[in-house]
Amino acid sequence: MQKNPVLEVTDLKKSYGETVAVNGVSFSVRPNEIVGLLGPNGAGKTTTINMILGVLRPDGGRIKIEGKDIAQKRSEALERTNFAAVYAQLPGNMTVFQNLYIFGLIYAVPDVRARIETVMREFELAPFRDVKCGVLSSGEQTKVSLAKAMLNNPRLLLLDEPTASLDPSVAEIARRKIKRFAHAGTAGVLWTSHNMHEVTDVCDRVLFLSRGKILLEGDPRTLPRKHHKKDLEELFIAVAREPLSLETVRS
Amino acid sequence: MKPVRIYAIFLRQLYLIRSNFVRFFRLFIWITADILLWGFVSNYLNAAAGARFSFLAVFLGAMLLWSFLTQVMQGVTMAFFEDVYARNFLNIFGSPLLVSEYMVGFMLTSIMTSGFSLVVMLFLAGIFFGFSILAYGLSFIPFLMILFLSGIALGIVGVSIVLRFGPPAEWFVWPIPAILSPFVGVLYPLSVLPHWMQFIGRLLPPSYVFEGVRAIVAGGGFSSGAFVVGLFLSLFYIALAYGIFLLVYRKAVRTGLIARYSAETLT
Repeated sequence: MQKNPVLEVTDLKKSYGETVAVNGVSFSVRPNEIVGLLGPNGAGKTTTINMILGVLRPDGGRIKIEGKDIAQKRSEALERTNFAAVYAQLPGNMTVFQNLYIFGLIYAVPDVRARIETVMREFELAPFRDVKCGVLSSGEQTKVSLAKAMLNNPRLLLLDEPTASLDPSVAEIARRKIKRFAHAGTAGVLWTSHNMHEVTDVCDRVLFLSRGKILLEGDPRTLPRKHHKKDLEELFIAVAREPLSLETVRS
Repeated sequence: MKPVRIYAIFLRQLYLIRSNFVRFFRLFIWITADILLWGFVSNYLNAAAGARFSFLAVFLGAMLLWSFLTQVMQGVTMAFFEDVYARNFLNIFGSPLLVSEYMVGFMLTSIMTSGFSLVVMLFLAGIFFGFSILAYGLSFIPFLMILFLSGIALGIVGVSIVLRFGPPAEWFVWPIPAILSPFVGVLYPLSVLPHWMQFIGRLLPPSYVFEGVRAIVAGGGFSSGAFVVGLFLSLFYIALAYGIFLLVYRKAVRTGLIARYSAETLT
């Protein structure tokens, strides 16, 4: 029996004036699944994530997290959701522990102190426990954001280029942890990245966005061959430069 | 509303104040300057006028109360500015936190910071000028509540201005108390103002506080009429300010302003 999706997005639309950012996007993320949301800059990835987080109101469509409509039950829906984004680091004027404690309270994490110790161990942050986040390297700050994203054992994890500022070694460790988290528990992950090797390694399924629409969808390991491309990177370049030809192939 | 989330907002501000002496310094540097300035002005006027009138009770006391209102307002706005400066909007508004929890957290913060400032002001006024607010009798306490509520309303309006127009609009917020002060008659009765200014003054709750306090100093006793009108108006303005904030917040969510606050350089 197929599990109920943790995230259901239906016919999502968003425009800024004349510019259409997201144009009728529909997809779902199931438990234990990592879905890659890919596309060139301006394709609508971050706009989609912002709408799922409730910080941007869609012009149309519906978003349900664990069956709860974000437009009606935003707070309840976000209780078991979390996110990390390269552009949303935690406040630099508080220590790692203080930041995690504050967000642990906001997400009403049970036994929050013990949970913080666990995620700090997971992400090798224990030595920085009482260090202000602002003096950490960007890679370490990203690890703090990922630790915060795991704090409430989310059922839906949104990751917007989570490894962008990590060196390859740390990025590989972070990928492994997120993969383990998704596949061991009941969480679904929506992951954006411009690193196609990473996407091939991590994602179970990818969605290619172009000009606010889903252009392609499938297994990142088999999808390139279906479109006569060598690998996902070549397919990405095709999506970015000649989306119309791919649209013809798709239809 | 979940109390634990409100506590989180309060605790964040407590961490920030504890971690940096500059934030702590802010709580008493301006009020110290105000108390000293108006204390010495009052002393000078007392000496010049003889014993006919207590300028300490009228000037120093009034400035102390006005500074309290300013501190309450800044307690709310500074708490919000911390999230602006730290580009923390996406983390905050992308969480289960309710807008009402966020605002109540700011109010608690303001109770803490303005309460501390009030204690410092009372201490300085007592030490340097032998002035005790008890000169007004215990009836000043209800008036203090009106000032607190008015400060919260102004703070929420300040937050709304910055959320609507962006961080550069911060400079709009700081002069708000100074702009209002001529209308509410901090240092003089409303009757000395031109009619149009009196009209505006009567719409502002602090004017009832200062008129009421002056009545007490003049030996007229506690004016329950001034208190009731002032309290009603301050509650009305809190509701209005919160309504304005909700409108601004909803517009920010519709236009993508909340999301952009995190992505943009704010300096």
